[in-house]
Amino acid sequence: MSGTHHHDVHAGSDADMALRTQALESLLVEKGLITTDVIDAVVRTYEHDVGPLNGAKVVARAWTDAAYKQRLLADGTVAVAELGFSGAQGADIVVLENTPSVHNVVVCTLCSCYPWPVLGLPPAWYKSYAYRSRLVREPRTVLREFGLDLPEYIEVRVWDSNSDIRYMVLPERPTGTEHLREDALVPLVTRDAMIGTAVVRADGVSSSPVES
Amino acid sequence: MNGIHDMGGMHGFGPVQRQANEPVFHHGWEGRVFAMRVVTPVPIPGGARNNIEVMEPLRYLRSSYYEKWLHARVKGLIDSGVLTAEELQAREALYRERPDTPVPRREDTERVQAVLANLRTHRSPRRDVNTQPKFGLGDPVRVRNLHPPGHTRLPRYVRGKPGVVVRFYGFQDVQDAQPPGVTVEPQAVYAVRFAASELWGDAAQVNSTVCIDMWESYLEPLEEQGK
Repeated sequence: MSGTHHHDVHAGSDADMALRTQALESLLVEKGLITTDVIDAVVRTYEHDVGPLNGAKVVARAWTDAAYKQRLLADGTVAVAELGFSGAQGADIVVLENTPSVHNVVVCTLCSCYPWPVLGLPPAWYKSYAYRSRLVREPRTVLREFGLDLPEYIEVRVWDSNSDIRYMVLPERPTGTEHLREDALVPLVTRDAMIGTAVVRADGVSSSPVES
Repeated sequence: MNGIHDMGGMHGFGPVQRQANEPVFHHGWEGRVFAMRVVTPVPIPGGARNNIEVMEPLRYLRSSYYEKWLHARVKGLIDSGVLTAEELQAREALYRERPDTPVPRREDTERVQAVLANLRTHRSPRRDVNTQPKFGLGDPVRVRNLHPPGHTRLPRYVRGKPGVVVRFYGFQDVQDAQPPGVTVEPQAVYAVRFAASELWGDAAQVNSTVCIDMWESYLEPLEEQGK
């Protein structure tokens, strides 16, 4: 830590991490670099305000407003900002449209890049070594584990998110939802469908059953 | 660098484990680490990602996600002279020995609003330059066989592989580490699509492709050989 080689390979326990975090926070507050209420507010914001509901609203709008969908696919950053979503880890959002012949799915093999303004912070599995290592090599197998068995005639197109571009998938609108208005479509759109590890179903049941 | 973080295509990590009703943060300290990393106004020399990538490989593998973030933030603060390792150890010892010691609190409502507004602001990575992109959509390209020792956005599994340019994302700053004193101009960034069979040979899965963003210096024109 102080520049010497550190050969302790054991991960810290949560108690150790909590202690170190507390020590760091107290020093940064004393040094005037952060304030306690800023930390509280940022935690609250990402726990409650910035999450996949934002992306679901974008998807439902795109499904019901052809002009909006066109703008969304042309410039995702500007189109999601129309609905009030923008900011950190969303400086350049590119929306990938699923079609009857192409299914898009997003990964970050090098770390954990993810479009925060529309999806919030990524779930642990998105950051896991298993997902990061496997999706690019065996996407159909990984998707099957998520409950999504795609026929061979559909191209599986994996996007490895390695630059400042942040990718979000625009899932296909399921048949049987033609009568539903925008508001009623929002709750059908799951986080996993916008990552690409699921599709949206008309009954609102996730195709990737572990998801809440 | 050819680090442990460059995981695309590796075997051996098992099935993807998922948790129902997963909370955003699994422990209180994770949220504090996240927020401190995001709002502490001290840049991390070399970048947070680099600080994680240079972790000793076994430590990288065994550390949880936010443990890596905490490590990167602490190292950045030490490297930039904001705090010392001894200071942090002494403070840890204090809280270990006297758990009831209160964490100092400071509040500044105006700053909260400014920080939250800043987090909602986006700054486009696209730069205005007087250069034309070298490649056009549909151009066949090959990824150069580069092995830089420092931070790079070029994963091993695409190096040397042929692909096709499918999107153009304007000119963006180069994120790769440069030798001291060297600055590079923004480069064209493209999404390049690779057939799975080019990446994985016989192990490729049917009708699948991988797209990945490529700075122009990662690419060379594809010479059609033996045709």
